[in-house]
Amino acid sequence: MLGLSATACGSGNPATPSAGAGGAKAVTITVACQPAKSAPKERQAWDDDVATFMKAHPGVTVKSTDQQPCFDPKTFGPKLAGGQMETVFVVPVTNYDDVIGQGQALDITQYTGSIKNWNDLRPDVRELVTKDGKVYGVPNVHYGVGLVYNRSLFTKAGLDPDTPPKTWAEVREAAKKIAALGPGYVGYGEYSGGNTGGWHFTQAIYGRGGSILTPDNKKAAFNSPEGKAVLQNLHDMRWVDNSMGNKLLVGWESLMMAMGSGKVGMMLGAPDVVTDVVNKFKGNVADYGITGFPEAKASLSGGEAFMINPKATPEEAKAGLEWVDFRFNTVGKGRFDFARGKAIGNPVGVPDNAVYGDSATGKAIQADREKNASLPVTNYAPYVQAAATIPPKAEPAHAQELYAILDVVMSGVLSRKDASVDQLLTDAETKANSMLAAKG
Amino acid sequence: MGILRRNLTAYGFLCAALICFTVFAWYPMVREFILSFQKTDLINPPTWVGLDNFKAAVQDPAFGEAWLNTVEFTLLALLCGYAVPFVVALVLNELRHARAYLRFVVYLPVMLPPIVAVLLFRWFYDPGPGLFNQVLDFFHLPPLAWLDSSSTALISLVLVSTWMNMGSATLIYLAALQNIPPELYEAAELDGAGILKRIRHVTIPQTRLILLLMLMLQIVATMQVFIEPYMLTGGGPENATVSVAYLMYQFAFSQMNYGQAGALGMLLMLALLVFAAFQLRTTREDRA
Repeated sequence: MLGLSATACGSGNPATPSAGAGGAKAVTITVACQPAKSAPKERQAWDDDVATFMKAHPGVTVKSTDQQPCFDPKTFGPKLAGGQMETVFVVPVTNYDDVIGQGQALDITQYTGSIKNWNDLRPDVRELVTKDGKVYGVPNVHYGVGLVYNRSLFTKAGLDPDTPPKTWAEVREAAKKIAALGPGYVGYGEYSGGNTGGWHFTQAIYGRGGSILTPDNKKAAFNSPEGKAVLQNLHDMRWVDNSMGNKLLVGWESLMMAMGSGKVGMMLGAPDVVTDVVNKFKGNVADYGITGFPEAKASLSGGEAFMINPKATPEEAKAGLEWVDFRFNTVGKGRFDFARGKAIGNPVGVPDNAVYGDSATGKAIQADREKNASLPVTNYAPYVQAAATIPPKAEPAHAQELYAILDVVMSGVLSRKDASVDQLLTDAETKANSMLAAKG
Repeated sequence: MGILRRNLTAYGFLCAALICFTVFAWYPMVREFILSFQKTDLINPPTWVGLDNFKAAVQDPAFGEAWLNTVEFTLLALLCGYAVPFVVALVLNELRHARAYLRFVVYLPVMLPPIVAVLLFRWFYDPGPGLFNQVLDFFHLPPLAWLDSSSTALISLVLVSTWMNMGSATLIYLAALQNIPPELYEAAELDGAGILKRIRHVTIPQTRLILLLMLMLQIVATMQVFIEPYMLTGGGPENATVSVAYLMYQFAFSQMNYGQAGALGMLLMLALLVFAAFQLRTTREDRA
């Protein structure tokens, strides 16, 4: 029954308004993403923000939960059904369609006028949380995919870390030199299972200008010259150059751990990869840099948004959005308090948030980040320059189903020397078209 | 009434178990049965969709592979996990020295939480510094891809599963073996039966019921294999280790399609029920 028993839970409201002092309606909201106890300084900063917010908003009580990661697909549905989901929760961009499509987020269109800096948010980012003209979330983080690389390994391999690869041919050459450093060194790391293979295939094919689906989302479009180029390149790096190691990497953390070990030269990823490799997998922050996607024609959008529990009352929804404004949308405060971040030892300076783009708010955030940077921001300059010119591209419809199908092609070329790229893509296309036809 | 009062404590204990089973086993099963005919987002009232979830589950591109893999895994697991513990139990039963120590050693892996055992094997299988390839290298044998090739991944998962569960099976077999009256062996020996004949004519007939029961339990358990593909292979390479339970997980928690996951769960349960009914019938006939 595999965990479905959890659906047996009852249901209830996420927070219950009650009479406050002087007869005013007091409201209690729960908010996700409190830093874990293992990060005491960040947790303290969060708790301080909660206290400040409550002082400024009498009648609003904020209770935090520290489930890590903030969004867990395994518990999301059951938590919602069981009345355990926070009033304000985080959803990654990969799950927007599912969460919005299934009615698991509140329509907040009527509140957008009061959301701080709403109009400074990038229109394409706002579009991602909008369905049929209704808004379902406040975008919190947004980024495009680039090429994350280990500068230290570049130097060791005789490569110039200040001129990272711009083409796939250069990636291939650099990967060979890094792998030649000795056993255990991997020039270029890539995923192949647990839906991460399909996810990275999508990143790679977007970068080459290809698509996963036809514009009407009715048919698969990845059996294309771009799709073939992605797979042939990986096949050749794995089996001709032997620059990808001999281990299949399954699941998000496997490649992060490998990158954190300092023996992987390059991978596709967004700037948050650097933050995670450093914070969670013991990587040395000075070692990593990120550059634009090689030969990029488009970049898969990544990011997350805050959404409101569909069971929230109007008072709770309003208080929840005020919390988001206070903690996440105010320049110089909350998560944008870079001076505090630097003081408590956070890696400040990674360009991990382009949610405000080039707007006045975006520029103010960027200036403040650079002023308080605690790491070499020049390591990220090529990415920032490239990101400004590469158009973002959203996840395909039915992303997770397609990623499961595309895992097979990725694991095929990475596990079999005799893999036929054409055959793998044709088989996957048949499966994808059949799945899409069944979905209508 | 008197009998009831005398057994009040026993009924009390039974009630506690009954409540636990109802809340944590039977109710979720009934709930899942209902869920498999509904489309639900777990927020709004569910809608009845008839057999749509079953159709969607059957039409999923990985459905056929998942069942084939599961059956293959079950057969391989039976080959290793059913026969090997019985042989180990036979050997342990014959031992005169260090018996308790060896039983403890055989049972030890059961005490490891499954997640730890699986992570341990992840290191064993590592194609670089992993223990297994180091051993092969010591004997000048070429390295194997273990989890990283579609031809070896499934059997690699079977090895993990067998290692984790062998201790329990061995102890159960051992208990059954020790219940065999020694006179039967003595009589067989007087008749000139060697070890193989003693096993064939005394041991197997005397442990037949437990062997059948274990067969059923093992099939039911191995057909629900989940943690090994989830932790070690993510269903790959090339779907070679996608099991039915893993696919259910994908439906529910990657695709958030709880109804479809429920439908696949019901299909798995149905398959196991058919098998269990057949098995129970065989056991009953055997008793008769």
